[in-house]
Amino acid sequence: MEAHVIFTDKLTKTFGSFTAVDQISFSVAAGEIFGFLGANGAGKTTALRMLSGLLKPTSGIAMVAGVDVMRHPEQVKRRIGYMSQKFSLYEDLTIRENIRFYGGIYGLSVQTIREKTKKLVDKLELGAHVDELVLRLPLGWRQKLALSVAMLHEPRIVFLDEPTSGVDPLTRRQFWDLIYEAAADGVTLMVTTHYMEEAEYCNRVSMMVDGKIEALDTPGQLKKTYNATSMDEVFRKLARG
Amino acid sequence: MRTVFYLVQKEFLQIFRNKTMLPLILVMPIFQMLLLSFAANYEVKDLKISIIDHDLSTASRQLTGKFAASPNFKVQSASFSFQTSMDEITQDQTDLLLEIPAHFERDLVREGHVPVSLSLNAINAQKAGLASGYANSIIRDFNAEFIAKWLPKQITQSAPSGQIEVTYSNWYNPRLDYKTFMVPGILGEIVSLIICFLTAMNIVRERELGTIEQLNVTPIQKWQFILGKFIPFWIISLFIMLVGLTVGKMVFDIPLLGSLWLVFGYTAAYMPCVLGLGFLISNFADTQQQAMFTAWFFILIFILMCGLFTPIESMPDWAQTANKINPIAYFVQFMRMVLIKGAGFQDIKGNLYTVLGYAAVVNALAVWTYRKRV
Repeated sequence: MEAHVIFTDKLTKTFGSFTAVDQISFSVAAGEIFGFLGANGAGKTTALRMLSGLLKPTSGIAMVAGVDVMRHPEQVKRRIGYMSQKFSLYEDLTIRENIRFYGGIYGLSVQTIREKTKKLVDKLELGAHVDELVLRLPLGWRQKLALSVAMLHEPRIVFLDEPTSGVDPLTRRQFWDLIYEAAADGVTLMVTTHYMEEAEYCNRVSMMVDGKIEALDTPGQLKKTYNATSMDEVFRKLARG
Repeated sequence: MRTVFYLVQKEFLQIFRNKTMLPLILVMPIFQMLLLSFAANYEVKDLKISIIDHDLSTASRQLTGKFAASPNFKVQSASFSFQTSMDEITQDQTDLLLEIPAHFERDLVREGHVPVSLSLNAINAQKAGLASGYANSIIRDFNAEFIAKWLPKQITQSAPSGQIEVTYSNWYNPRLDYKTFMVPGILGEIVSLIICFLTAMNIVRERELGTIEQLNVTPIQKWQFILGKFIPFWIISLFIMLVGLTVGKMVFDIPLLGSLWLVFGYTAAYMPCVLGLGFLISNFADTQQQAMFTAWFFILIFILMCGLFTPIESMPDWAQTANKINPIAYFVQFMRMVLIKGAGFQDIKGNLYTVLGYAAVVNALAVWTYRKRV
């Protein structure tokens, strides 16, 4: 149990008669980069939202950082970081103000917030723009900033919901550098994406089709099993059924 | 509490950075107050009257002269034919016509009474009602003077049968200045409206932008989130009251008889009603457009029924009952009682307790319907 920071058993979510997530079971080890792949509407976002305590599961078990999501969603929230596909920073606040705000509501001290701001800005090379409105930043920068802000309180688990959609390939690559860096520090990251080449960056990938996990393995193993040269091919073979 | 501080700080930063928000908060209340207070006038001046004098006597000219001298009337034309004057009403050139019969003076002196006829253009019923009221009071005046001057004997003879004369003394608003009556009410209405709208729109905006999802995934608790939204708008509401009262005093010289502490204390207690209402509306809206229309639906009804434009007492029973859930009605009633009448805490405590209870219920509903998880 200890090694598995995320664990689900037959986790299901239905909206009326529509089953968005259908009895998915998996576990994720600490420090792992776990990918959720699938077409739009395959249930990736719903699964992630259940795990982060935003959405109440219909049935099944989900444990995140040792906490039952069904029963104690608020305790889960304390232990995780979350970045959604919608832009999550306040555009009409400056970079500094955003960091201060999110640091503040996670209960960081004024001193810590100040130190973190400096460290973060240096790392992202945003020094000259720290007092500019987030509105004026290019999308790629914003997404990198959003990820860093989502990890201000040093969570051990971070959920990323299509963090790179709409971002150019170069920035996407830089974004993944940040993800690797976090994983190297032992942070567990769970990423949803519909960019198949991003699947190659994950330690393990689960392929979702119509709410079900159709395949779950390392990218290399998946390619071998499905006799494919790329993840894109694996996905197409799976989706065709 | 630190979390709430950061939320409030964020909210104020956003409000002061928003280019439409500040004018909305500062200019709109003042503009509306000036406009509505000058425009929402119950007095009607310069009613156009057309006089048909078939008598052309001293008495009839005296009566005509009284109308000409009144600020409420403007003699539009004089004619000798009812049809000519009636045509003017048809063409909307005149509001009412007074027909004085032939032998008016003779009959008045001889018989002691004589009928005159008033015809009113009643397309605007309220205006017609006022016109007939003004005209009647002028004719009554004329009667009294005429009797005193010309019929001294009859008066001594008929005096025992007696005429009851009514004299008025208008308490709390001796000159019947409608502005004294309207301004405190309008101020109450405007503050309620702005605050309800701002709260609803603000929360829905976060939902539209997606930032609310980010907040929902943090350990922020419901009460912290709500306080973080309420405190800024609550402070703004008190600020608008301050500005509004200052403008009211300076421009309209409205009476401020009651204690200002009471006014602000009550406002502070009342505001959670409209804040909660705005919050409640936002819980059922996904877009600012939906929130706008929902808020508009309620606010419009509340404003029209709050007693500002028509007295609540003259509404049918069911409407008076329905008004018990109209927060603005309580606020308008309070404002008039304290500002115009100088009511103290004892006089308004019933109202205050109702409002406190109201705020508790609305906010309980709002918190209950707010979902941190879907």
